[in-house]
This record gives sequence, structure tokens and C-alpha cells, in this order.
Amino acid sequence: MKTNRVIRTPGGLSLGLDVRAVTVVVLLLLVALAAGVVLIGTGDFPISAGDVVKTLLGNGNAGQEFIVNELRLPRVLVGLLVGASLGLGGALFQAVTRNPLGSPDVLGLGQGATAGALVMIVLFSGNAAQVTVGALVGGLVTGLAIYLLAWKRGVHGYRLVLVGIGVSAIVTAINGYLLTVSDIVDAARAVVWMTGSLNGRDWDQVWPLLGLCAVLLPLVLANARGLRMMEMGDDVSNALGVRVERVRALLMVAAVLLTATATAAAGPVSFVALTAPQLARRLTRSPGPNLLPSLCMGAALLVTADWASQRAFGADQLPVGVVTGVLGGVYLLWLLVTERRAGRI
Amino acid sequence: MSGSGQPDTSGSAIKNTRRSTVNRLSAENVTLAYDQRVIAEQLSVEIPDSSFTVIVGPNACGKSTLLRALSRMLKPAEGRVLLDGQVIQSMPAKKVARTLGLLPQSSVAPDGITVADLVGRGRYPHQGILRQWSAADERVVQESMAQTGVAELADRYVDELSGGQRQRVWIAMALAQQTPLLLLDEPTTYLDIQHQIDVLDLCAELHETQGRTLVAVLHDLNHAARYATHLIALRGGRVIAEGAPNDIVTADLVEEVFGLRCQVIDDPETGTPLVVPAARKARLTAAS
Repeated sequence: MKTNRVIRTPGGLSLGLDVRAVTVVVLLLLVALAAGVVLIGTGDFPISAGDVVKTLLGNGNAGQEFIVNELRLPRVLVGLLVGASLGLGGALFQAVTRNPLGSPDVLGLGQGATAGALVMIVLFSGNAAQVTVGALVGGLVTGLAIYLLAWKRGVHGYRLVLVGIGVSAIVTAINGYLLTVSDIVDAARAVVWMTGSLNGRDWDQVWPLLGLCAVLLPLVLANARGLRMMEMGDDVSNALGVRVERVRALLMVAAVLLTATATAAAGPVSFVALTAPQLARRLTRSPGPNLLPSLCMGAALLVTADWASQRAFGADQLPVGVVTGVLGGVYLLWLLVTERRAGRI
Repeated sequence: MSGSGQPDTSGSAIKNTRRSTVNRLSAENVTLAYDQRVIAEQLSVEIPDSSFTVIVGPNACGKSTLLRALSRMLKPAEGRVLLDGQVIQSMPAKKVARTLGLLPQSSVAPDGITVADLVGRGRYPHQGILRQWSAADERVVQESMAQTGVAELADRYVDELSGGQRQRVWIAMALAQQTPLLLLDEPTTYLDIQHQIDVLDLCAELHETQGRTLVAVLHDLNHAARYATHLIALRGGRVIAEGAPNDIVTADLVEEVFGLRCQVIDDPETGTPLVVPAARKARLTAAS
């Protein structure tokens, strides 16, 4: 079952394409966009998918235009971008640690961002923008702390996961403390933030996410070939001429930035970073980090989960993080059971 | 300083450094250490061009560490490793990878990868973003698989193969790198005797028919004596002896390097030295 195709030009240019992976990327992208259109049409004023597309192309009536472009489109775009960032960030972490558990959820980046947000909410009663900055700083500091603590003649996958679990436990304790000392209004706000939600997201959240993705995506993809070699172990990839430590540090920074920004925008939406790369890998059936398929899978997952939470429980009732948490938990159990059956754990 | 630009005025002081021969790969007065633990000090080694060099020595004598230093996996705390006259650490990584290949002990075959794909990854140092898979890559991968006898396994998954087949696949990957120098760290470990000989025959063939310089760390002294054209015996991070096996392998040397009393006889098959450990009783009476 070989699905690789090669394109060669007389000038010596040659590109390898995995047809199956490309198909998966295109299909997932279509699913994500279709779910986005349906999501825009969902709410107290339902709009048909056809009208949504018409309005997005600039041919809608004034009322629809306001609802679509001002109220619902930013929310859906944030959802797509957050999902894409988490999917890509998760794929990078799992590839760098060579461990499916090496995802930002398990390593405590989400908790770190939460701590930053809680500090702003509880100690400073900060506004939405300040909370976002707090979450971003919290995520970055946690990422840096994990990297430095795990450093010993280079960063080793298992050590990173173990250190991450330890840091995660500490930060969770801090978060618990912050919640107990907060008053009831702040606590309620904090809890909503901590579940991960897309409610009330507007264009202010879209631009930073979009900018970051535009900068980081080319950088990450340029190093993807080195990352693919690193699957075979540090020695083999070093021997093949990959600057392992440099690629790893660069990609870790990118992954932390992606995860922290996504968390700052939507709260710690759980399990997308853990599940998206694994699901994408099962679809492409290809070894390697599967970066683009994971990105598209993350976007599709998050928007679909947001649609499901609105559809099942009414608009704004249930934060999207609850749905992804339930789906991700079920998936994790299934993974554990099948892996055990296959004798791998 | 003599002012000639050649820093060999102290040549008489360092007896193990022979600068007359210019080999492609050498270590000059290297001190090798992991953090604070020093494995070897002031160690100098030359790898003769077009040789099949085998490094032997007891456990923890620093033989794998030396191989790691020669392949720039480990940066010497002092001294330098030279490849084609340049300090190996200062060279571009991909350029080194086109000259010197390494088959390390620890390598992980990614889940669900086929033999052809894994061998193809050996082409990485020859590729770039715009040159991902050329016709030459395709040809070299086919040749490498044919040379190692895994061509008919091309579409099989690596995890399904036996240990011996898997080692051949990894060697094929290193061959696809097309390096004139190839370093192998204990390539026969975990293989049964038939596959050990199989892998060593393959190495000998690569050395003889393609003129590649091979450097291997081996545990088995008799295998080393049979296959090596140049032997380096290490103990405690120092070179005890080096040269052709027929010239240097003696009972005294084995006792000095391994602390084992033995007889050295001619291998009835090849005429190379064959080490036969002394019987337990003989060793006990000698010790008392």
C-alpha cells in the first residue's frame, strides 16, 4: 500500500507527496469549514447554510450581515484557529517527546495558563484583556520552567513528560489555592474560564491568533523534515545531519507559543491537543509527525464540539471544553484499552 | 614555536601522535567525559583509510565512547576530532553526514514504517526542501537494499522483521547515506551466532568491494581478529595496542587488556589469531 507520489521537474526540483495524507488534509479542512458554516447558522436566529455562505461572500441582507460578520464569524474563526493551534502544538509536543502522552494537557501548560489567568482574575480583578495576557504569560513561564527542569545534556522525551506531570501537579495546587481565596463572583468567572469556552469571542481574539499562526506555521513546516528524522532517536538523527537540539528547542518554543496563545484566547480547552494528532495519524496511516493533518483535525474537532455543545444544550449553555473533555476522556480510555490489547502497555 | 605554521615542534614529546600519515578520520589528544565522569584522557587514535578497523576492550573501557566522539555524538572536553583535516564540530552537520555514517546502538523504527521508507531516510543529508526525492535517491535506496539483501522485504513493515533482518535494514539505511566512512556501534549485539557472522560478512564485503572505511566496536575478540584489518585494543581509556590482528594479538596482550589468561592459536579456517581462554583450573592454580 504505497501512496507516495513524487513530482520532479527538469531543473532538479523534486517533491515527495503522500497522497493519502494530502487527501486527509483536504477532507478535514472541508469538514472544519462546513462545521464552521453550520455553526454560524446555529443560534437564537437560525440562518440556513446557503444564506451564511451568501452573507460571508458579501451578498446578505443587513440583519444577517450583522449577525454573521460581527457576532458569529469571529467566534467560529477563534474556534478554528484555537483548534488548529492546539492540534499543531499537540503534534509537535508528541513528536518531540516521542510519546503520545507528551501533550500540553498532560505537561501542565494548560494549568500554567490557567494559573496566569486566575492571578489576574482573583488577585487583580483584571478585565478580559488582562486575563488573556495573564494566561499567555502563565503558559510561557510554565513551558520554560518545564524545559529548563528537564534539561540535562539535552532534553529527553520521558524526562520531559515526567517533569511536566510534576509541574502540572504543583500548578494545579496553586490554582486550587487561588480559587479558595477568591470571592464568589471572581470564582464563578474563573470556573467558566477554566472550562474553556468560545462564548463572546470577537475580532480582538482573532487577530493575534491569526498573526501567530501565519508566522509560526512556515517556521514549523521548514523544520518538519528534521522532526521526522528525530522519530528514530537522537543518535540516528544526529548521524543523518539533523541539528537535533536546535530543532527541538525551536519547535518546543513554537509549540508552547501556539498552546499558550490558544489557551489565552479560549481557556484550557482540554484534550484537543492530545487527541487530534492521534486521530490524524490513524487516518493518514503514515509514520512521522503528521503536522498538517493534526492541525486540520484540531480545527475540525473544536468547531464540531462547539456546535455539538450549542446544539445539545442551547446557545451559550455549555462551554466547549466540557464536550472536548468528555470526547477526549472516552478516546483516551479507548486508546488505553486497545493499546493494552495490542500488548504495547 | 618554529614559525613554520606547523604545530608539530612537540612531536617528540607525544609518542602516539603520528602526523606523517594523513588519514581522513582521527582523534587528537581527546579527553572524553560525561559530565564529571572522565572516560579517557589524552587519547589519540588514527583510523587508517580504507581499513576495517575494529575497536575492542573490556566493558567500560571507553570503546563506545570513543566511537561516539569520532562520530561527533560526543564533544571532547579537550582535544579534537579531525575529519578531512577539519575539526568535526565546526563542520556543517549535513556535510559531515555525507562523509561519515553511524549505526548507533539505540535506534527506534517509527511505528508502521516500511523497509523502503526507513532506508529512504538515509538520504536525508542529500536532500532539501526543494530536493525531496530525486531519481538518484530512488536508485541509491534500491542499491542499498540489494547489497544488504533486503530488497524483497521493501514493502514489509520493519516491526514485523526478525532481529537479523532488522539490523540489515538499519545497515541499508546507513549505506543509503553513501558515506566513504561508516561507523558501527556493536552491530552484532542481540543477534544469534548465524546472524552475527551474517552481519560481519556483510561489513567485510562492503569494505572489500566498495573500499569504504569501516570502524566497528565489537565484543567478541575472535570475530574482531577474524574480520578486522586494523585492531585497536583499549583499556581504561588508553590504547594498549593497535595494528593488524596477526601482529598484535598475543596471549600477553589479551591478559593485559582483558585480564584473562589464554592461549592464542591459529584459527583453522582463516589463519587469524584465535583466543582460547585457559581452563578454569589452570587459571585458579596460576592465581594461587
